[in-house]
Amino acid sequence: MEASARSKRAQRGIPRMIEAFGLSKRFGDVQAVRDVSFVARDGEITGILGANGAGKSTCLRLLYGVLTPDSGRACIDGIDILGETSKARGHLGVLPHSAGLYGNLTALENIEYFGRLLGLERRRLRSRTAEIARVLGMESFIGRRAKVLSQGQRIKTALARALVHDPGNIVLDEPTNGLDVMAIRSLRELMQSLKAQGRCVLFSSHVMQEVAALCDRVVIIGHGKVLADGTLQSIRDGNAAASLEEAFLQVLESGEGTG
Amino acid sequence: MGALLVVFRKEFNENLRDRRTLLSALLLGPLLGPLMFGLMVSRMLEQSVASDEPVALTISGSDTARNLTRYLQSQGVHLTMAPMSEDQARAAVMSGRVPVVLVIPDDYAARLRAGTPAPVLLVADSSDSQTRKTADRARQLLAGYSSAIAQSRLQIRGVDPLLAAPVLVVDVDVATPSGRAVVVVGFMTYFVLFAVLMGGLYLAIDSTAGERERGSLEALLSLPVARSSLVGGKILATCVYMCLSLALSLGAFVCVFRFVPLEKLGMSANLGVGTALAFFAICLPFVPLGAALMTFVASFTRSYREAQTYLTLVLLVPTLPIAFASIYSLKTRGSLMFVPSLSQHLLMTSVLREEPVAALDICVSAAASLSAAIVLFVLIARHWRRETMLG
Repeated sequence: MEASARSKRAQRGIPRMIEAFGLSKRFGDVQAVRDVSFVARDGEITGILGANGAGKSTCLRLLYGVLTPDSGRACIDGIDILGETSKARGHLGVLPHSAGLYGNLTALENIEYFGRLLGLERRRLRSRTAEIARVLGMESFIGRRAKVLSQGQRIKTALARALVHDPGNIVLDEPTNGLDVMAIRSLRELMQSLKAQGRCVLFSSHVMQEVAALCDRVVIIGHGKVLADGTLQSIRDGNAAASLEEAFLQVLESGEGTG
Repeated sequence: MGALLVVFRKEFNENLRDRRTLLSALLLGPLLGPLMFGLMVSRMLEQSVASDEPVALTISGSDTARNLTRYLQSQGVHLTMAPMSEDQARAAVMSGRVPVVLVIPDDYAARLRAGTPAPVLLVADSSDSQTRKTADRARQLLAGYSSAIAQSRLQIRGVDPLLAAPVLVVDVDVATPSGRAVVVVGFMTYFVLFAVLMGGLYLAIDSTAGERERGSLEALLSLPVARSSLVGGKILATCVYMCLSLALSLGAFVCVFRFVPLEKLGMSANLGVGTALAFFAICLPFVPLGAALMTFVASFTRSYREAQTYLTLVLLVPTLPIAFASIYSLKTRGSLMFVPSLSQHLLMTSVLREEPVAALDICVSAAASLSAAIVLFVLIARHWRRETMLG
């Protein structure tokens, strides 16, 4: 249903994607992000790959507008995140690096809280939560307090919370960090199903295998700069490497040289 | 406005399920004051009853002072004869075995006969309020005995004893019963303000530092909701808990005053339902200020623990002006109405004393507290809009 709505919009020529144009951000003496540009498209999973401290989180935070760039701009479905923050964020679901829940609220209440803050009216909220619960397989625990949920159930709840307003674009900041194997697996399946629904999925990771297993496109970031951007195949080919790991290391080394 | 109410409802409901919040907001905070107050007044009652009881005294060397012994007994003093030296008496009092010892030296009778001052030793511990009272009574009786002897000595020599009493001091106490109660009740106003702050303590922490520690802050901040609405909803929820705590505290005070027999201390309490309602109205403008102050401080902390440390200090803030007021014994005055907490303290004290309270004073007190709350709210909202809020 959502996918068809989006394809209709696509036919009308409305741009749907996450775009970064020359984003730069400095914290004190540290240039966290410099001149980062890339595009994450609909119906694709785009991975931002980089070592710890490479500037992935800062980059994503600039995209979803909790940080203001020193220069450059970010657009969600063609809407400037700084110019029309509220409107742009309505098109965007965010799973931040720390996606904590309210322990004393049930999973459902956690989701509903965000739905209400996003301005969903009562009837739509009820149908949306029911639908998300079904799609994510949350029926068995949706009425339980968040503090007693397992890791996998928590990540589902946090993701459901980010999806409650049916956004076309999803940003996930190191979503698999600290998760156990089962939780990682269900998260991967969820990301695949979001992609299948035609949404634009953007996530960051420092784990190469994860990116290789999931992504259609990869943006490699080092020292706050984009070192490579393209499909997995094109990055491998461009560096004449057999595996993404080798390509990644080559890209990083060349990045160090110029940085 | 819609988002503000959503935040308010969520914070209110969530904390209703939190045992720690409920314990501090609806039990510890409101009941601590009334409880301590009840205990203190009962203790004072005990002590005042004790002053009417016969004084018990241990006496050493009563053989050499038969007249004195008889005099004390006739005054209702319960005497225990126990011969001991001065050093023994000291040791006995210091160890707490006997409260007060009257030691009469061997040369007492000879000195009395010779007409030279005859020392008697009154051994007591003045740091113990209970025995100090006994010692005071004994001192009074001994002074009475001494002056009786002096008078008869003068009479024998043909001198009018009245010549030896040129000035007569007459005590006139103008304290009204409820005025006297204020001395006791004075610190109660602090407990009322304390209950207000305790009511919002954990909510202020949970909705700011707790939000950060839980990791739910960034998700919340990435929503298309004005930060001032988030902050407003959180402060509103804190205010409601503070009001609940205030109402409970005042209710408990009314109950305590009903059961504690203050009249026995010569005081009339004047804390009925009407006074409690007046207190509630006086404290109401202090509620948003307290909530904003606690949210303000907690917004700058990184963790639950850190917030707890700082907010415990904030609990003491209202004591400062009140302590200042009692040191300089300030009374309700127009200019003091600009100082939050002090103005509430003074107004409540006036109501308790049954003094007339000017409407202007009430308005100034409320306006000053509310303006301070608004300034803090603006500062909090500005802080929440900063990038550093992400932590």
